[in-house]
Amino acid sequence: MSILVNKNTRVVVQGITGKEGSFHATQCKAYGTQVVAGVTPGKAGQEVEGIPVFNTVRDAVKKTEATTSLIFVPPPFAADAILEAAEAGIWLIICISEGIPVNDMVKVKRALHGRATRLIGPNCPGIITADECKIGIMPGFIHKKGRVGVISRSGTLTYEAVNQLTQLRLGETTCVGIGGDPIIGTGYIDLLHMFQEDDETEAVVMIGEIGGDAEEKAAAFIQQEMTKPVVSFIAGITAPPGRRMGHAGAIITGGKGTAADKMAALEAAGVTVVKNPAEIGEAVKSVLS
Amino acid sequence: MNIHEFQAKQVFAQFGIPVPKGKEVKNVRAAEKWAAALETSVYVVKAQIHAGGRGKAGGVKLTKNRDEVPGLAQELIGKTLVTHQTGPKGRKVRRLLIEEGAGIAKELYLSLLVDRDSGFPTFIASTEGGMDIEEVAEHTPEKVLKESIDPAVGFQAHNGRNLAFGLGLPDLEPAVVKPFFQMLDNLYRLFMEKNASLVEINPLVITTDKRLIALDGKVSFDDSAIFKHSDIQKFRDLHEEEPMEIEAGKHNLNYVKLDGDIGCMVNGAGLAMATMDVIKLAGSEPANFLDVGGGATKETVAAGFRILLKDKKVKGIFINIFGGIVRCERIAHGVIEAAKEVGIKLPVVVRLQGTNAEEGRKLLAESGLKVEGVADLWEAAQRIVELRKKKK
Repeated sequence: MSILVNKNTRVVVQGITGKEGSFHATQCKAYGTQVVAGVTPGKAGQEVEGIPVFNTVRDAVKKTEATTSLIFVPPPFAADAILEAAEAGIWLIICISEGIPVNDMVKVKRALHGRATRLIGPNCPGIITADECKIGIMPGFIHKKGRVGVISRSGTLTYEAVNQLTQLRLGETTCVGIGGDPIIGTGYIDLLHMFQEDDETEAVVMIGEIGGDAEEKAAAFIQQEMTKPVVSFIAGITAPPGRRMGHAGAIITGGKGTAADKMAALEAAGVTVVKNPAEIGEAVKSVLS
Repeated sequence: MNIHEFQAKQVFAQFGIPVPKGKEVKNVRAAEKWAAALETSVYVVKAQIHAGGRGKAGGVKLTKNRDEVPGLAQELIGKTLVTHQTGPKGRKVRRLLIEEGAGIAKELYLSLLVDRDSGFPTFIASTEGGMDIEEVAEHTPEKVLKESIDPAVGFQAHNGRNLAFGLGLPDLEPAVVKPFFQMLDNLYRLFMEKNASLVEINPLVITTDKRLIALDGKVSFDDSAIFKHSDIQKFRDLHEEEPMEIEAGKHNLNYVKLDGDIGCMVNGAGLAMATMDVIKLAGSEPANFLDVGGGATKETVAAGFRILLKDKKVKGIFINIFGGIVRCERIAHGVIEAAKEVGIKLPVVVRLQGTNAEEGRKLLAESGLKVEGVADLWEAAQRIVELRKKKK
């Protein structure tokens, strides 16, 4: 088992004829993902590495029965692309685009409320179920099927953690990048719940960073609902207040959202918090043994 | 993007939010001229910098005598203000706002921002105006009201009633209730139409003649949406930004200056923060945050080097790259060429991991440069700190 996606997941790539879209669609396909369609308005009939291109998501879904969408559309048009996918009946939307206006996401989040559609991201590396399917921009080869679920607000920092898990032969079930923006589709709690229910996942790595209080809320959930061990690293203990650290959501405001507060909340909830990002893998190994 | 108070008040006026009559000036003569044009019993001279806490730092002056305005302007212009938000270096005052004073009957607090949990734009209001809202929230949380606006339908009358009755406004001053509803509606419009990330009025004042006025104003805009608003782009004041951060922005690099002496360059924001943290754990302090983006090329690495070297405090450089889609041997090439081009004399440790990392480290070892390639993150951090200490 795994969560959200597996080898049977049928993917449509929105923005497939763009530079990033075509490159990553090809990479995902090479990993073994069933990339069944692409969408670029006005380019129906073309192909990208054998993947048929459609004008609309609706057409793509009708012809290929795609259930999951991967979005590489430029940020000013990404909100529309998410809503188009939802309207076409896509069940899972993974939005990679970085720099979507916050107020666009405010409206998107409201529009998705109450629908069956789930959004992952935006501003995220995507989702991968090791050795089955990769729907995103992460380097596939560092992942190896195994025992650990990964949830993260970051990209390369996630690869760092995954690499450690693989090197230590622990391996991963599913790894989800939830995104570095202030408004995201799916947060820690939903995914922690899924990992708790997943038979194959034995432990969860949760990677957080400064800004907001999602980690504190996740800590409360972990304390009440999780029986599987959780290992966490929070980036930004050295980050100054009031400054945005790369990610739109990574900012300490009014003394709230510090790494220290998040670590304290997680520790109080029984989570193994590592201060050194080089020790994430070892910490998982020790909680599993 | 942050803007000045006088600019925020221009935007307020544009959206029908009442503000005191005032004007921005850059010198004493203009201050004198504008004061002469104001008909008021109290004149206010306010330093314009992008930081709060100006009042406590002596950046706001009041006088009843029009003739004293030039003297007060003289005192403030060119002065360096140190507030709790500027850091110890402070900010030089280059612009002043000269405006009419108001007879204050009551000070309130009002702001609007997106609540990250619900994803809804949310008003925050309090009867404790003119104070630091974080302190009010900490000590008397019952005095902080929150009202979320459903973005599907926008601001509604009941949102206004919840806030007005919550603040006890009908008892405080019934005459301002209707103007308050209008103000909330206008603020919400401003927030959504101009892609603001924060609108704050502190204090929002009920005057002795029963009017509602935004006595202060702070507006920040969403950087991701600034491309939509050419009028807002014009408000940018480069004097209020760190020169190296402006330079980094030109190369699409994300740089934040810090106070330590180990410069770092990393691909990805989360890993960049983690790299800063690991430098501290190894016994030094990071000089900066620098994210060169997922695809680090020779050009971005060279630009990164130049920016790091401009900071004279930097005594060692730590490059941390997790090669995913980008192959490590290409990054190693980039680092070598950039190091030669820029002429690096400081110790450099490059931590390469991921695709073709071994090949990359081999290239670094054979380059003849004083650049060390290391595979392990913790080992690499300890190594750069060790090299930096040797240099002392």
